[in-house]
Amino acid sequence: MRIVVQEQEFDLGAEANAFAAGDNGNGAIVTFTGVVRDLASGNLDVMEIEHYPGMTERALTKIAEDAQVRWSLGDVLVIHRYGRLAPGDRIMMVATAAPHRKDAFEAAEYLMDYLKSRAPFWKKEITSGGADWVAAKDEDEDALARW
Amino acid sequence: MDVLYFAWVRERIGLPKERIETEAATVSDLVAELSAREDRYAAAFADLSALRVALDQELSDFDASLSGVREVAFFPPMTGG
Repeated sequence: MRIVVQEQEFDLGAEANAFAAGDNGNGAIVTFTGVVRDLASGNLDVMEIEHYPGMTERALTKIAEDAQVRWSLGDVLVIHRYGRLAPGDRIMMVATAAPHRKDAFEAAEYLMDYLKSRAPFWKKEITSGGADWVAAKDEDEDALARW
Repeated sequence: MDVLYFAWVRERIGLPKERIETEAATVSDLVAELSAREDRYAAAFADLSALRVALDQELSDFDASLSGVREVAFFPPMTGG
């Protein structure tokens, strides 16, 4: 298991290639990448991501450990950035490796659902018109109920 | 204890972190104490349903005891991913 919280960019290809390398027991590797999107307005300049150093790493580790208990996983990777990002920049990625794809897919979805509302990150959208904190969505909280 | 604020809570109160000497027994007591102190705290804590609290870096709730707690953090619902 590897949990990384960093300001700098990450290399998606290199991370995916290195992930679970050398463990041939995993027949399935799922990766998910989150990207800063510019919504309909088309005027997003910067996405600023704040986090709670210390708690962030603890929360992500707990979420990944819980996933490892629920599913048969060979390995888990979570990378999440903070700081100032531009539209198109990668915010985060998760990867799961498992003997079987169902475990890998479900665990990746579980990680994403929990990471959205249980990991202490806050997004602020900065446009030419001003700056607004992104509000948490009810459906993100509701998504946890299925687990 | 150390009290930390994040996102708009930090902006509304005007600082990211402060050290507070308090006899507050619970998180709610601490919120009441801070709110009585200055308007900017009262404004930040006006709607507790819009806030979350962590005690020593674990999510908790407003009824929780502060006994033995070293670090309290207040913030809006998280928006990771």
